[in-house]
Amino acid sequence: MIPELGHFALALAVAIAAAQAVLPIVGARARDARLMGAAPALAVGQMIALIAAYGCLIWSAVVNDFSVYDVAMNSSSHEPLFYRITGTWGNHDGSILLWCLVLAVCGGAVALFGRNLPSALRARVIGVLGIVSAGFLLFTLTASNPFQRMWPPPIQGAAINPLLQDPGLAIHPPILYTGYVGFSIPFAFAVAALLEGRVDATWGRWVRPWTLAAWCFLTCGIALGSWWAYYELGWGGFWFWDPVENASLLPWLTGTALLHCAIVVEKRETLKTWTVLLAIATFSLSLCGTFMVRSGILNSVHSFAEAPTQGVFILVLLAITIGGSLALFAFRAPAMAATGVFAPISREGALVLNNVLLCAICAVVFTGTTYPLFAALLHMELSVGAPYFHLTVVPLLVPLFAAMSVGPVLSWKRADLLPALLRLWWAAAIAALIGIAAEFGLHRSFAAAGFAGAAWLILGAFAEVIERIRLFRIPLANSWARLQAQPLGVWGAAVAHAGMGVTVAGIAGMSLAMSTIVAMTPGQTIGFGGYRWHVLDIRKVPGPDYTARVVDLQIMRDGRQVAVVHPSLRTFTQQKQTVTDTSIQTNLLRDLYIAPGGEQGGKMVLRLHVNPLAAFVWLGALVMALGGALSLIDRRLRVGAPARRGVVGVPA
Amino acid sequence: MDAVARRRLLMLGPLGVAAVGSGVFWALLLRMRQGTYDPHALQSMLVGKHLPDFTLPGQAPSAGFSNADVNSGPLPALVNFFASWCIPCVEETAALMSLRQKGVTIWGIAYKDRPLAASGFLTRYGDPYHRVARDADGRTAINFGLYGVPETYVVDRSGIVRLRYAGGLSSDSVNHMILPLLRKLA
Repeated sequence: MIPELGHFALALAVAIAAAQAVLPIVGARARDARLMGAAPALAVGQMIALIAAYGCLIWSAVVNDFSVYDVAMNSSSHEPLFYRITGTWGNHDGSILLWCLVLAVCGGAVALFGRNLPSALRARVIGVLGIVSAGFLLFTLTASNPFQRMWPPPIQGAAINPLLQDPGLAIHPPILYTGYVGFSIPFAFAVAALLEGRVDATWGRWVRPWTLAAWCFLTCGIALGSWWAYYELGWGGFWFWDPVENASLLPWLTGTALLHCAIVVEKRETLKTWTVLLAIATFSLSLCGTFMVRSGILNSVHSFAEAPTQGVFILVLLAITIGGSLALFAFRAPAMAATGVFAPISREGALVLNNVLLCAICAVVFTGTTYPLFAALLHMELSVGAPYFHLTVVPLLVPLFAAMSVGPVLSWKRADLLPALLRLWWAAAIAALIGIAAEFGLHRSFAAAGFAGAAWLILGAFAEVIERIRLFRIPLANSWARLQAQPLGVWGAAVAHAGMGVTVAGIAGMSLAMSTIVAMTPGQTIGFGGYRWHVLDIRKVPGPDYTARVVDLQIMRDGRQVAVVHPSLRTFTQQKQTVTDTSIQTNLLRDLYIAPGGEQGGKMVLRLHVNPLAAFVWLGALVMALGGALSLIDRRLRVGAPARRGVVGVPA
Repeated sequence: MDAVARRRLLMLGPLGVAAVGSGVFWALLLRMRQGTYDPHALQSMLVGKHLPDFTLPGQAPSAGFSNADVNSGPLPALVNFFASWCIPCVEETAALMSLRQKGVTIWGIAYKDRPLAASGFLTRYGDPYHRVARDADGRTAINFGLYGVPETYVVDRSGIVRLRYAGGLSSDSVNHMILPLLRKLA
């Protein structure tokens, strides 16, 4: 009964979305206030229908209704309640429903928080979101219905993939999807602006908070995914240039560019066409990221390996959404003229440079990710690996990082580079000192350059704040007063830029990582990376739905115990799958990372890593997202802006 | 070309890129449906080459064989690695037996298996093999670049490997891949 209610709610959502796609846009064109006024109600209605549908799916999983195919294939009554709930999006059909739900919540958020938008713009934005919703809901209902029943129902479900039984990964999809789908709002604003034929400063002001909110979620989502790969897959690295990882990085890169150039639209009413294109591109890349991965075309450890039958449907949907918006862009954008002019050396100029570099990185990563597909079309078999990405991305990162600290201290319209650089001399000097010290201490140029870059970014990030409070140039008390008067947005930008620096420091530290593979018996001790590793015991421990071989490993340094860790190999009885449960002992400055690899004749194979500054990689991403959040709660952004807190309130 | 026309053309660029991209995806999806493109397939270094040199003892009562025996026997032929301890090997026996009934020559190699266990496997699930050899220490498997058991290699009339199939064969993969390939090679 409950699954049928969910099915019905899904069908209802399709119907509402169809109305939402047509009525407001027609109304906006005909200037019919009643039709335009229907938009918020339809968006909220669709959101409620989908919340109900998703609630029914969760309910079916919670009560172990194995007559629902999706629950039977991905859940089991032995699992803890938490994983039965998160299992609903740990599979293809459920995750697409979640995707639609987030999209509907975005529409609802525009309806609820966008009361002070002009009614025609609001109607068009909601209408565009309705078009996207209608297409993907129709796909869910017809081709990947999560409420499908199976007869006879099995006594026990097949259980969630053990790799996904992990708190980090369990909350990963909702956060990542909120990031991906959140970019549908700037996209809808862009298409609405194209329909209206007008982009102005107020438009930029409305778009920016939504972009920022989506960007924060995407940043967290990517970091969470990377963190999961680090500790759960047991490979010891944090980024593998896997197609799925790249697919999430692409919209992040263009989204970051969008974030910056929306500022230019807002402040200077220029770069309008480019901003609109970026908004379209970001959501298009999000769509590709979500669905091309699902179609199984890209080979990746992360994919659900779906049959290509659904692929054509998705491809048609993508072609309509992306192709339609780009066609509209080609038709309408030439008429949009820039009004503000600026010199190459100026805040705008720096933001253009930021955009050019971010988009170049995006293009390079995109090429590397899709090139094997083009090659496959020509019957060539090849794969593009990390060396390509390192070789192409790093040279683009260097100027980007260099400019990141300089840009914020430049003034709008026209600036002088030399005085700006002179204001940063202390940051440059400290960064250079750190780099030189690191080079002499470590004899590793990449890491030394990385540490210098990180210092430059972190110090440079706060240069604008220091400049604004005129530190040491006016009495300290006055500086303090100025500091307190600084809007949160200024802090937000500084914190976000510093977060990038923290991540760079982490990456530089990880380039110094050491690892070894050893086979050890209980009682054995080896020395590696400045530590003594002593195996106390190897024992068998039963778990709720697995049995584990646990290694008790004592780690000593200079005769003192640093930690005792218990990495294990978990063999899940039902899925007959073995999962490595790595142990990570961190003090934030370095990770001791132990991944058991299997047993050979009483010896346990262990992979030992000493990863300096590993935690900084993800910490930096968190700091970046925090910077975004600070900027979001800035009052200045709220004045006249629809979003108070963006798309917070998505059910996790 | 005046500035406005140039601007119009420039704005068409993104649409062009998207069109090319969707064309590529479309073509790949079509090929995936036809089974001529599998992104998850394991490419083997052996495809297009001769079998590696090996001489293996027999799994009694069968006599052993070498790569020369395979090349001088009836071709095209299949070389199949299996083991009694592997579940997909049990599952693929039906498909192998059906191939045998169609007159396909299959050379079996028992991978890292005890002789008794292997002979028990053959009596229990049927023996589809022309001859069965034993690769007790797995060295021949290393030379083949074996990824796991079961694994099947298709050898054409001139002794060149044309296909490596990792995983258990099913009636689907036999009918849509192995048999059409064998017909083409015959």
